[in-house]
Amino acid sequence: MQSAHDPSLSSYYVNDALYRELIDSFSDWQRDDLVIDDPGERDCLRLLVEREARLLDQLRFDEWLTMYAPECIYWVPGTPEAGDPRREIAISFDDRRRMEDRIYRLRTGYAWSQAPKSRTVRMISNIEAFAADQSGVRMVRSNFLISEFRVDGTRFLSGWCGHRFVRNGAGWQIRFRQVNLIDCDQNLRNPSIII
Amino acid sequence: MLERLSAAPARVEGAIGHYDWDELVQEDRVHRLIYTDPAIFAAEMTHIFGAVWVYLGHESQIPSNDDFITVRMGLRPLILLRDANGRIRALFNRCAHRGTTLCRKEKGSARFFQCPYHGWSFLNSGKLRAVPWPDGYACDFKDAKFNVAQVPRVDSYRGFIFATLNPDAPSLLEYLGPIAKPIDEWLDRQPGGKIAVCEANRLRYKGNWKLAYDNSGDGYHVVFSHRSLLEMENRQADIANKGMSYYKGSPDNAPMYMAYMGHGHHFKDKRPNIEKRAGGLWAVEGPHPGMEHYAQALRRRFGGKAEEILDLASSEPVNINVFPNFSLLGNHIQVFEPLAVDETNVTWYGTAVVDEQGALGGAVDEVNALRMRTQEQFPNFGEVDDLANFEEIQRGLACQEDEWVYMHRGLGIPGRVKTHDDGIITAPATDEAFMREYIKEWKRLMKASPNLVVAREP
Repeated sequence: MQSAHDPSLSSYYVNDALYRELIDSFSDWQRDDLVIDDPGERDCLRLLVEREARLLDQLRFDEWLTMYAPECIYWVPGTPEAGDPRREIAISFDDRRRMEDRIYRLRTGYAWSQAPKSRTVRMISNIEAFAADQSGVRMVRSNFLISEFRVDGTRFLSGWCGHRFVRNGAGWQIRFRQVNLIDCDQNLRNPSIII
Repeated sequence: MLERLSAAPARVEGAIGHYDWDELVQEDRVHRLIYTDPAIFAAEMTHIFGAVWVYLGHESQIPSNDDFITVRMGLRPLILLRDANGRIRALFNRCAHRGTTLCRKEKGSARFFQCPYHGWSFLNSGKLRAVPWPDGYACDFKDAKFNVAQVPRVDSYRGFIFATLNPDAPSLLEYLGPIAKPIDEWLDRQPGGKIAVCEANRLRYKGNWKLAYDNSGDGYHVVFSHRSLLEMENRQADIANKGMSYYKGSPDNAPMYMAYMGHGHHFKDKRPNIEKRAGGLWAVEGPHPGMEHYAQALRRRFGGKAEEILDLASSEPVNINVFPNFSLLGNHIQVFEPLAVDETNVTWYGTAVVDEQGALGGAVDEVNALRMRTQEQFPNFGEVDDLANFEEIQRGLACQEDEWVYMHRGLGIPGRVKTHDDGIITAPATDEAFMREYIKEWKRLMKASPNLVVAREP
């Protein structure tokens, strides 16, 4: 439900109900009985995940933000089980304002971890779409491999994403995105790009 | 039972006997080699990360008997555990037979450890439990040398577990000395004087570990290295006073200060910059997910008392640095872990409020939901820039002919650096006096000949 507050300016929507919805969304969702068989719908969702990857590779952050619902979460858990973000630190846990902060910081010119900027290309594959508890909600699992070049070499970040899409008119918006790095619980060098 | 080690030539991995330490570490500068030389690094792993009290972990990470975590002491892999009788031990994670690591998990619970290679098994006291087909051996395995080696001195200070291989080191309490007071204050602001360690922001950089320790009390870098963070967190503020904004303008005239507290420990106290009232800390927090909602909900529920509850979700403005690898800053426990002369792990463990006495009137979950988000901010938007700068120092230090690294800010200015009756040295916030003092202690330790020992169950 949309609140009266502008989520770019204040954070009222990150509350107990949201945390519960988030945890429930990513519990027991990759079930064979929920797989979306319709190739048209699956293709539509796949194109959105691929578009997001391209926008991030091209640093087109304003367009990237428009793919998200106004009240959204970008979550990179610090453990393979993801855990409960009310009790655990995540690698990143951004509401809309913090996503915008993240972009603002990268654009100041003083974010030394991204000066010079990383060059990235993302491979997205193994896309599966699932129905969810509510109609008008779709969950999508995808695998990713990010090649990241910066300063002295190229490295790889890999893992899988869970997207929670919600209906927005004829299309879909991202309500939550959970990014699961395979080495999320290990010490990472310079995790300063949006993954 | 303590075990003497073999004669020095059998275990020295880098020959450092010919180094002139007084040339390498001078009053106002240090030589690049202390950050770049693999032989010096190898010696540090015994002279520093063996001979002094090294932080290993927190008691809340091994709450019950038989609980363990695997950690490092310098380069040594250890199993830090609470044995079957509740005693905290730091076992070398190394089979007494062939040297295989016994435990490959990061945490868990185990009454004994069986080596995956030849099946020798050991109780969590370190004592040998059984070897397969013992009739193939002439010995009866009663000799203590077949028990797992362990760190002989393990001690805790209010939940923080430290260990040393040096029988001649002072007690942990003496080692901490005056830095115990800020540690006490950091804990005592929490309900019940306790915290629980939770997950961490785990980072790594290609640079020497001392670059992180040099930085841990450095007030000079803040507005430059963290310029993007300061601009970010103040971009929507009515008054640009969020976070570490008090470093802008003239930080040396602000009431914050640095204090060198002996044994390499130092303390950056920024609390005097903050308005001394309930809610004073919360008032300078930058934007965090959920802050408006939870602040409103707590104020509705608790009225004026909400402010002190919100302060618990706020970052405590201190850097309490215990040489060589432990730092309390904000609400984090930061641990430095050397991996190689030019590679270091920096792990920012989050801490959660535990409210066993119910002092928070049931608000503990809300406080922690907020506190997790405040703690994620600095590693995401501040630390990454420091680490990029440490990596660039390491790169710059490849210039072999440009030998010196300076740490002389504040040196030689009359009245600027003050030595107090208790031996504590204080100076303005951007001063490098703490760096000069801790590196003196580092030099003393590198010149020394510590007699390290391991222990085994009898």
